[in-house]
Amino acid sequence: MASNKVIHALYTDDDILMNAVKKVRAAHHHIEEVYTPFPVHGLDKAMGLEDTRIAITSFMYGCLGLAVAITMMNYIMIEDWPQDIGGKPSFSYLDNMPAFVPIMFEMTVFFAAHLMVITFYLRSRMWPFKKAENPDKRTTDDHFLMEVGIHDNEDELKQLLLDTGAVEITVTEKEG
Amino acid sequence: MKYTFSNRLRIGSFIAMGLGAIFLILGFLQAPSTVEEAKAIAMAAHDDGHHGESHATDTSGHENHADESGHASNEHAEDAHGEGHGASHDEHVFHQMQNRPWAALYVAAFFFFMIALGTLAFYAVNRAAQAGWSPLLFRIMEGITAYIVPGGIIVFVILVLSILHMNHMFVWMDAEVVEHDHLLQGKKGYLNPTFFIVRAAIFLGGWIAYRQISRKLSLAQDNADDNSNFKKNFKWSAAFLVFYLISESMMSWDWIMSLDPHWFSTLFGWYVFASMFVSGITTIAIVTIYLKSKGYLEQINDSHIHDLAKFMFGISIFWTYLWFSQFMLIWYANIPEEVTYFVFRIEHYKLPFFGMLALNFIFPLLVLMNSDYKRINWFVIMVGIVILFGHYLDVYNMVMPATVGEHYGFGLAEIGGILFFGGLFVYWVFNTLTKEELMPKRNPFIEESRQFHY
Repeated sequence: MASNKVIHALYTDDDILMNAVKKVRAAHHHIEEVYTPFPVHGLDKAMGLEDTRIAITSFMYGCLGLAVAITMMNYIMIEDWPQDIGGKPSFSYLDNMPAFVPIMFEMTVFFAAHLMVITFYLRSRMWPFKKAENPDKRTTDDHFLMEVGIHDNEDELKQLLLDTGAVEITVTEKEG
Repeated sequence: MKYTFSNRLRIGSFIAMGLGAIFLILGFLQAPSTVEEAKAIAMAAHDDGHHGESHATDTSGHENHADESGHASNEHAEDAHGEGHGASHDEHVFHQMQNRPWAALYVAAFFFFMIALGTLAFYAVNRAAQAGWSPLLFRIMEGITAYIVPGGIIVFVILVLSILHMNHMFVWMDAEVVEHDHLLQGKKGYLNPTFFIVRAAIFLGGWIAYRQISRKLSLAQDNADDNSNFKKNFKWSAAFLVFYLISESMMSWDWIMSLDPHWFSTLFGWYVFASMFVSGITTIAIVTIYLKSKGYLEQINDSHIHDLAKFMFGISIFWTYLWFSQFMLIWYANIPEEVTYFVFRIEHYKLPFFGMLALNFIFPLLVLMNSDYKRINWFVIMVGIVILFGHYLDVYNMVMPATVGEHYGFGLAEIGGILFFGGLFVYWVFNTLTKEELMPKRNPFIEESRQFHY
């Protein structure tokens, strides 16, 4: 299928890359992916990517952690076996709450942090033994690669990318 | 661009000062002048189940609470003690009632002074850290810290009047009390009127001196050809921070903790610091947004507001951390000589004590967590007002239980104090802002601050 063909444009400078991204977007070509060796500030905005919602998931995980801590300690310390331990008032959760706050805090942070990281791994498909996806090894060192899909406009696209300052252009068949 | 004091704001500040002064005078007139009068007021409060005229503005929660526990324990105390004790009880109540307008004055005076001092600390931190985002805000901070001069002098005068026995706020200043108090005798080396006032003078002198020197260097930098003024200011700021952290801690022992001279807490200085720091930052944000809304600060963008709001959020949580650390350690160990401080507050000041946690922690935590909200100006203003009121309550909770005990309320004297010092604060700050250009002209980081974007 022709739509599986992509063009790979390599750049050597992040400023040139940013300008190239803006120009390609202005010419209404769809950028499939950009590979960079380090985070390029503002690239997501230039590409028009949506904001991440991972902070919202983190907030919800934190609420979950707080709920787990409260339920756990209310059951263990107040309902199941309300012992008198050093005169601490275990009559109700609120009576003894200051003693539970350190655990409530840590559990909130623990859930918020770890579940958010796991969410990040799942959403960005990262796990051990995962096959690396970079199309050109140099993109992990000092090259930037823009991948644009070809829809019967190979020559036109090639010319546009060369005009934006690409140092190397290759057309490949994308796998899968 | 130079700021011109808007007439409405100027007249508003004068009206607030005038009204506040009248309310304060009325508050002083309402206080009983003899033991008999105090007894009559206390009796009237017992009979009606009300707290008298001065408590007319109390919320119903307060009154219910006072009815249930306050009065019950009062009656209990009177029943239990003999005649001789009854007389000393009456005098105690009399002193507390007399303290009411003084304490209201002191809380408000200290609160607004503390805003200026907290701003000064924030300003010095920004200078010492060579922050790149904040130089555009320096003039505004300098405007706010100008209040440290009149505000500090007023607080100082109140302290001198306390030493002259015009009130009974600091019990250790009363030689007769110390004579019968073994613990206070032990602290006499530190807590004695002469040393106390000398310390206060040194603290205030140091803070005011740094403020004036830094302001002068900051203005000189605008017209200089090199950065020597900037470097000098950096050195002064670093030195000031060392002095400030020591003096602020001791100030909190002197001016606030010594109201409860039998009680002590090691992290009290930090706690008071966090309160003044967050109030100062909040005030910077509010003044900045106000001036921007009037079209004076074109170069200040949303990112500057965002940064200030982040500080408000972070330091609010820092304040809560210290509040809780202090409370929880004392609650957990439950050592009688320390825990009475909180027992009294929780028994008699339930609403202000826990209400302040909601205002200073839960509200800013939930509202300022979202990154987008920190850029919405009216949002920051709204949270700022809540935080400022919360920290007024914080000072209230530190001062009132020690000075007026159960005879507290939120009446003429308290509102008068807020109005008077609020008016003075607004007048002084905005009047200082008219004196110089609102934007610094020359500073190594000024261009970075202009381009600041988050």
